[in-house]
Amino acid sequence: MTFRRYLVLGAVMVGASVGDTFLSKGMKQVGPVSLHHLAGLLIALRNPWVFSGIAFLILFFASYLTALSWADLTFVLPATGFGYVIIALLSKFWLRETISPARWLGIALITLGVGFVTRGPSFTNHTHPGPNEAVAVPAEASPQKDRHSA
Amino acid sequence: MIGVIVLLATMGDVLIAGAMREIGDFDVIRSHAGLKGAILAVLRNGRFFSGLLCMALSFFSLLFALSWADVSLVAPACAALTFVTDAFAAKWILKENVDRRRWIAAVCVCTGVFFLSR
Repeated sequence: MTFRRYLVLGAVMVGASVGDTFLSKGMKQVGPVSLHHLAGLLIALRNPWVFSGIAFLILFFASYLTALSWADLTFVLPATGFGYVIIALLSKFWLRETISPARWLGIALITLGVGFVTRGPSFTNHTHPGPNEAVAVPAEASPQKDRHSA
Repeated sequence: MIGVIVLLATMGDVLIAGAMREIGDFDVIRSHAGLKGAILAVLRNGRFFSGLLCMALSFFSLLFALSWADVSLVAPACAALTFVTDAFAAKWILKENVDRRRWIAAVCVCTGVFFLSR
């Protein structure tokens, strides 16, 4: 894993959580949107928090797709889970909400899970010894290591 | 209803991950065809759009469920369960090498999301 790829994983973590938080703050300012007046959603786009939130969510999806192009789903998913930790920390330090001991336990468990998975290989190389067989080999044990572990 | 949401979310994740594996490393594509070429490669992939459809259906199912069920039950249950079902699907469908380290990570994140959402 290169520093650039860690940055992409960082964008996956930050994009979704910051995007959701900004959207939430913006929609509270805009107020409720009725199903009968969906044009209200277009007005919501003028709110800077809503607009920034959507920009962050686009950043999240682009980073998520990029990460999946060189890493396994089971490697990228814990990174998306870390977004919940960022939301909790944003709510404590920015929105001044209190975090219960159960939530701190949740934060510790997610951090532990993300730490576990990022220390392993990011990609499974598939070799095909026969037409109906597929063998999954961790990237570190594969001769094509250079391509995927960079 | 939770089962439907989790199933659709898992199908979406697996289809999109499969599509990105099929397309190949973005860094390599971008070095050959530029950013436009990389975006076109994604937009020309049918599996990607199937995954996107499943994700959209999962999202609207979640919204529907939230209209009659308790948000503190449905949202964390769906988020946490999807981590485990994704790990199974990645192992059996995408043939990923889900070793002990990744199982522990999936269980830790799943339990963590459950506690965090309480």
